[in-house]
Amino acid sequence: MNAEQIRKLIILVAIWAALLLAPYWMAPLGGYTALATRVLVLGLAAMSLNFLLGFTGVLSFGHAAYFGLGAYGAGLTLKFLALSTPLALVAGMLLGGLCGAILGLLIVRRRGVYFAMVTIAFGQVFYYIAFQWSSLTGGDDGLRGFARQPIGLGLFKLDILTNADSFYYFVLFCFALAVGVMGFILRSPFGRTMIAIRENERRSRFLGIPVERHIWIAFTLSCFFMGFAGALYALVNNFADPRGLHYSQSGDFVMMAVMGGMRSFWGPLLGATVFVVLQDYLSSVTVNWMSFVGLLFVLVVLFFPRGLLGFFQRSKA
Amino acid sequence: MNVLEINNVSKRFGNLVAVRDVSLTVAPGELCAIIGPNGAGKTTFFNLISGYFPPTSGTITFDGQDITRLATHERVVRGMARTFQITEIFPELNVFENVRIAAEVASGYRLRPWINRAEAAKVHQHVEETLKLVGLETKTDRLVGELAHGDQRAAEIAMALALKPHLLLLDEPTAGMGDQETYQITRLIRRLHRDSNYTIVLIEHDMRVVFHLADRICVLDQGKMLAQGTPQEIAANEAVQAAYLGHAA
Repeated sequence: MNAEQIRKLIILVAIWAALLLAPYWMAPLGGYTALATRVLVLGLAAMSLNFLLGFTGVLSFGHAAYFGLGAYGAGLTLKFLALSTPLALVAGMLLGGLCGAILGLLIVRRRGVYFAMVTIAFGQVFYYIAFQWSSLTGGDDGLRGFARQPIGLGLFKLDILTNADSFYYFVLFCFALAVGVMGFILRSPFGRTMIAIRENERRSRFLGIPVERHIWIAFTLSCFFMGFAGALYALVNNFADPRGLHYSQSGDFVMMAVMGGMRSFWGPLLGATVFVVLQDYLSSVTVNWMSFVGLLFVLVVLFFPRGLLGFFQRSKA
Repeated sequence: MNVLEINNVSKRFGNLVAVRDVSLTVAPGELCAIIGPNGAGKTTFFNLISGYFPPTSGTITFDGQDITRLATHERVVRGMARTFQITEIFPELNVFENVRIAAEVASGYRLRPWINRAEAAKVHQHVEETLKLVGLETKTDRLVGELAHGDQRAAEIAMALALKPHLLLLDEPTAGMGDQETYQITRLIRRLHRDSNYTIVLIEHDMRVVFHLADRICVLDQGKMLAQGTPQEIAANEAVQAAYLGHAA
């Protein structure tokens, strides 16, 4: 192994150690386990968006739609179909992913600003559906009246409803699964075509890659991950919020990804951590917490265009 | 069978006719150079062959199949590869990674979520052979964006070669190069043509390069095919001298 690989391995071990031990080190620092759970879920969402933004190079400004659909999919499943947490997760993921696959067909022919605008427009469609269809979705009040269910593991049940630590480790398991699949895809020949498209679309086309089809696949995969994150988010809150579908939520995800570093795999997790922790901390101090997060975002974009993680990596190198 | 048969293709952009009724056939193993003054329609003609846009009229046959309306990537899959006047590469990836993408697509792996060890080893070997062919084997882990211009060109040609093409289209391979780099690239193209028997169509400004390399020269002027022939015939052609060589001299 060369120095670069060793450095990567150390970073990887450090990240997983920090995540595995989060319930133990967060409390002394003034945090709490549920905050770590939120970080994981929103971090997964930001990483899902970045799968598309950072590795295929197309900016979706409507990804909250698939996040929100995942949340409603999970919530509606628990409320009306079956009291099963795994089923709710699968249903949420499928709802987000399949809607993404269908709309993606219409979106992937556009580029740049037009791509972003079309994604916003489709995202808002789902927001208004959730907002207006009160009988099913609870409208503006959101979807209530469901709760995550204990997970049966044969001999014993994992109580993820009342035990915050158990729930954290359950979410961490789901997170690891999703992130593992993501990393696996990015290291595959298909993943390399995504990076090729990001780097040079024309060259990719002239290497025989059908660019639109590959962007569609990347978009769809990203929506599946997003739906999965959204389903987890519904379990975190035992609640699905129409604002989770809104484009301002999409903007938050873009902010997390860009702030953390969209060219790096783990950057968006760091971005989500900063975002969620600041939100938690500042919103108890001032209602204008978003101004401070926004200020930080502007500073990062101006001074560390490769994001916080990009900056840390560069200063180490 | 000819590798490429182009019958009376035209390309119109609004009122401008960029390419007018041009026909061209390219036999296997041939190196055909397209020359012509600026604005003669050479690059437009190349874009028609490679499928960047479809012709307004006319047909293009490649390896016996009509490809007139096929998309770019479908032509590539059938064995057509090209380079550009302004190098098109993946600047932030290293030399190996650049060529590996082409090699994986050529092996039919582009949609694969994984490849096994044997397949990866084959791709690896193919990439290394290709890099050796263009003389970049000592620079495999350098970022392509940081290479010298001539080496970037070589990397782009390597990507095209990794596709295992039956036809190589090179758009001004020596554009913007000094004498030394021009010499290297010319030697590389000559080797690809003579030793590896590639069929090549190239656009070139540098007459030394053209007359050194080409089996046949086609002269485009104002979108029309002015003349075709061996280098000797073209050098002796009065219409060509008037339209083109005369200006250059």
